Amino acid sequence: MTAHLPVLQVVIPLMAAALCAPLRWPRIAWGLAVLVSWTAFGIAIALLAQVLDAGTISYEIGGWAAPWGIEYRVDLVNAFVLLIVAGVGAVVAPYARDSIESEVAPGLIPLFYAAYLLCLAGLLGIAITGDLFNVFVFLEISSLSTYTMVAMGRDRRALTAAFRYLVMGSIGATFIVIGIGLLYSVTGTLNMADLAMRLPDVDATRAVPVAFGFLAVGISLKLALFPLHLWLPNAYAFAPSAATAFIAATSTKVAVYMLLRVFFTIFGADVSFGTMRLDYILMPLALVAIVSMSLVAIFQQNVKRMLAYSSLAQVGYMILGISVGSATGLTAGIVHLFNHALMKSALFLALGCVVYRIGSVHLSQLAGLGRQMPWTMAAFSLGGLSLIGVPLTVGFISKWYLIVSVLEVGWWPVAVLIVFSSLLAVVYIWRVVEAAYFLPAPEGRGVIREAPLSLLIPTWTLILANLYFGIDATLTAGVAGRAAAALLGIGS
Amino acid sequence: MSLETLLPLALAIPALGAVLIALTGRSPNLREGVTFAAGAVLLLLIGSLTLQVVSGARPEFTLVELVPGLSLHLAVEPLGMLFALVAALLWPVNSLYSVGYMRGNGEGHQTRYYICFAIAISSVMGIAFAGNLLTLFVFYEVLTLSTYPLVTHHGTEKAMKAGRVYLGILISTSIGLLLLAIGWTWVAAGTLDFAQGGILAGNLGGPALALLLALYVFGIGKAAVMPVHRWLPAAMVAPTPVSALLHAVAVVKAGVFSVVKVVVYVFGIDLLAAETATHWLLYAASFTVVAASIVALKIGMERGNLKRLLAYSTIGQLSYVVLAAAILAPLSAVGAALHIIAHAFGKITLFFAAGSIYTAAHKTEIGQMDGIGRKMPWTMGAFAIGTISMVGLPPTGGFLSKWYMLMGAFQSEQLFAVGILVGSTLLNAAYFGPIVFSAFLRSPAESAEGDGHEHDHGEAPLPIVIATVTTATLTLLLFFFPDVPVALAEQMVGGVLGGAP
Repeated sequence: MTAHLPVLQVVIPLMAAALCAPLRWPRIAWGLAVLVSWTAFGIAIALLAQVLDAGTISYEIGGWAAPWGIEYRVDLVNAFVLLIVAGVGAVVAPYARDSIESEVAPGLIPLFYAAYLLCLAGLLGIAITGDLFNVFVFLEISSLSTYTMVAMGRDRRALTAAFRYLVMGSIGATFIVIGIGLLYSVTGTLNMADLAMRLPDVDATRAVPVAFGFLAVGISLKLALFPLHLWLPNAYAFAPSAATAFIAATSTKVAVYMLLRVFFTIFGADVSFGTMRLDYILMPLALVAIVSMSLVAIFQQNVKRMLAYSSLAQVGYMILGISVGSATGLTAGIVHLFNHALMKSALFLALGCVVYRIGSVHLSQLAGLGRQMPWTMAAFSLGGLSLIGVPLTVGFISKWYLIVSVLEVGWWPVAVLIVFSSLLAVVYIWRVVEAAYFLPAPEGRGVIREAPLSLLIPTWTLILANLYFGIDATLTAGVAGRAAAALLGIGS
Repeated sequence: MSLETLLPLALAIPALGAVLIALTGRSPNLREGVTFAAGAVLLLLIGSLTLQVVSGARPEFTLVELVPGLSLHLAVEPLGMLFALVAALLWPVNSLYSVGYMRGNGEGHQTRYYICFAIAISSVMGIAFAGNLLTLFVFYEVLTLSTYPLVTHHGTEKAMKAGRVYLGILISTSIGLLLLAIGWTWVAAGTLDFAQGGILAGNLGGPALALLLALYVFGIGKAAVMPVHRWLPAAMVAPTPVSALLHAVAVVKAGVFSVVKVVVYVFGIDLLAAETATHWLLYAASFTVVAASIVALKIGMERGNLKRLLAYSTIGQLSYVVLAAAILAPLSAVGAALHIIAHAFGKITLFFAAGSIYTAAHKTEIGQMDGIGRKMPWTMGAFAIGTISMVGLPPTGGFLSKWYMLMGAFQSEQLFAVGILVGSTLLNAAYFGPIVFSAFLRSPAESAEGDGHEHDHGEAPLPIVIATVTTATLTLLLFFFPDVPVALAEQMVGGVLGGAP
C-alpha cells in the first residue's frame, strides 16, 4: 500500500471530484471533500517522512518504466510542496461548509466541491509528476477548476474576473505547452530527469533557448510575476472566501515550484543562470513587484483585494530569493513558499469570517469589528504581523533568510528595498487594525456576533501554525535548505 | 532548582501571570492579586539570581532553535542582570501604583491593561538575558507590540494618532535599520553571540563600521537618540503608570541597554576606540542631551504639560547613557550601567508624582501646580528627590552615575564630553528647579489659572502615595548602598577597575 502512495495522492481527489459532481446534497459533498482533503494531507506527510528517511521516491504509473511511461518522482522539493498544498486543503475544507453555504447558491455547492477537489488533484499532480507533459495536463485541470470556483463568487464581477483569468491563464498554458513541445522535438523525451540528461547534447540548437523563453513567460504568467499579474487581484477579490484562501495559498506556490523544477532540474542552474541569465530578468521584476504591489495594496479599499496585491508582492519575495542564485537565496524562496501559504491562507480565512457575518470586506465596513468579532480580528492582526515579518512569526523567518541571502552577495540596495517593503506592509495592515479597533461601528449596523467555531477553528489553526513555525523553524528551514542544496546539485 | 532553569522561569512567570490575569479578569481583586503574586515571585527569583551572578555565576539556557544554526538563547551577563533587577524591582511597585491610579481615575479595559503589562515585563526579561542579537531583536519587537495597546489605551482619536507615531517609528527603525544591521553582522562575523571584546574585530573596519554603528544606534529607536525620539513624547498619551514604568524604565532602558550591549559586546570598546570613523556617536548623543534639555527648558518656561517635560527630560537622560558608552572608557561604561538604574528610580518617581497630581487634583500643566506642595507634601517631596537625582546631586543615585561618567571622561581626556555633562546638568537644574520652587513656595492664589478646577483636594489615594515614596526612597538608597550595582557594572567591563573578578 505504501508503495502506491504517490499515485494515491493524486488519484483519490481526482476520483472523489467525479463522485462529488452529480451529488445533490451539499453536506455530503462537503463531507467527502473533507475526508479526501485529510487523506491527501496524511499521504503528503507520509511521503515527506519517507523522502526524509529513504531519499527520492520513483513510482512508475501502470508499471511502465520511465522514460517511456509516466514517472511520479518525489524528492525533498516536491514533497515539501505537496505538504503545503495538502495541508492548506485539509484546513480549508472543514472551513468551507458554513462559508460556502453563505456565499454560493445551494444548487451549485456540490459542483463547487467537485471543482475544489479537481483543483486539489491538479495542484498535487503538478507537484508530484516527473513528466513534463503530465505537468501541463494537471496545470489545465487545476486552472479550469479554479476558473469555475472564481466564477461562483456571488458578486457579479466574479464572472468577468473568472473570464479574464481564463483568457490570461490559457495564454500562459499555451506558452508552456509550446515550450514543452519544442523540447520534445529536439530531445524526444518528456521525462524530466531524462530531459535534464539529454539537453546538454542539443543545447546548440535554436529550439532550446526558444523553449526556455516560452516556458519562462508561461510560468511567470501562472505565478503572477509583475507585469503578468493582472488576472490575479480580481480573481482573488471576488472568488468565494474559502476558494480564495485555498487558491492564494497554493496555486501561485505550485507555479513557483514549476519554475524551480524547469529551470533548476531540467535546464540546470548553470544554463538558466549562467548562460541564459534568467536572474537578469527575474530580479528586477521581483523588485518592482515587491515595491509597486505593496504600494498599490496601501490604496485598496477592499481588504481582499488589498491582500491580493500583497500576494503579488510576496511572490516577488520568492522570485527574488530564487534569483539570488545562492543556496541561501534558494532556501529563502522555498521556505517562503511554505510561510506565505500559512500567512495568506490564515488572513483570507479571517476575512471569510468577516464576510460570513457582515457580507463585505470593505475597509469602512470593518470599523468597530475589533470589539464585535474579537477572535476574528485578533486572528487577522496576528496574521498581519506575520505578513509584516515580526519575529516569532513565520514571516520573520522568511525575511531573515532573504535579507541574509542578499547581503551575502553584497546587494545592499536590494536589502534596503526588502525592509522598505516590509514597512509598506505595516502601513496596509495597520489601516485594517486601526479601523477595527479604533473607529466606531458604522451607523445602523445591528448586533454582530463572533463567527461560528466551524470558521474560527480552522482560522486559528493556521494562525497557531504561523506562530509555531515562526518559533521553531528548524523543520521548515531545514527541509528548505536541503531542498535548495538538492536543486543546486550540492550535497543531498 | 538549577541556576539555568531560572532564566526561562524569569520569562515564564510574567507570561503565566498574563494568562492568569486574563482568566481572573472578572474579579478585579483576584486579578490584581495575580499581578502582585507574579511580581513578588519574579522579584525573589531575580534577587537570588543577582546574588549568584555577583559572585561570578554565568548561567545560560537555550530556549529553542529558531532556524538551523541560530537559537533563541539566554545568557546572563552583569549588565543584563542589572537591567532585569531594576525591572523586577519596579514592577510590583508600579503595580501598586497602577491599582491606585486605574481605579482612582475609573479607567476602562483594566484586564487588557494588566495583561499587556505582564507580557511587556516578560519581554523585558528576554531582552535583559538575551544571549545573542537575534534573541534581543525578537524580544525587542515583542516589547514594542505589547506596549502598543497600553499607549493607545484610551482608544480616542488622539491615542490612535499617538499610536501611529509610536509604532511607526519603533517598527520602522527596528525592521528598517536594526534588522539590516543584524543581518550584516551575521554575514560579516558569522555569529550573533554577545562576546566580551566584541565579535566584529578583524571583520569590518573604517566607514563600513561607522555605518553599521549608525544602523544600530538609530535602529534601536527605543534609545531615542535624536532624530528618532518623537515616539516618546507621543507615548505620553498613555495612562501615567504606563509612562512611568514603560517609558521611563522598561522600554527606554531596553533601548539604551541594547545600545550599550551592542557597543560593549558586539563592537567592543577597543575596536571602537581604534576606529576613529565611529566617534560620531559621542557627538550625536551630546547633541541629543543638549537639545532635549533645551526643549524641556522651553516647556518649563511656558509652564506647559508636565508629562511632556518629563518625556524630553527622559530623552536627554537616555542619551547620557549613550554618551557615557561612547566615551569608550571603562569608568564611563560603568557610569552608563549605573545611570540605567539611577535614572529609572528617579524618573519613575517623577512620573508617579505627575500621575498622583492628576489623580488627586486633575492637573496636568505645570502652570496649575503653584503651591501644590502644601496640599500634597508626600507627592511633591518625592518629586523633589526625583529632580535632585535628575540633576545629579548627592544624596541621590543620579550623583553616583554622573560621577563615574565624569571620571571616565576625564580619564580618557574627552573634555568635550566633560563640557556637555556639566552644561546639561545646569540645564536640568534650570528646568526642574522652578517647578519644585513654585510647588512649595508660591501660594495657589498667585496662579493665573482660574479654570474652576480649584476644588479642594488632599493627597492622592494611598497606593499611589506609597508607591511614589517607595521609589523616592530607592533613589536615596542607591546613593548610600551602591555595592551590588557597582559590582555588576564593574564586572561588565571585565573587572579592570579592581572590583570583583
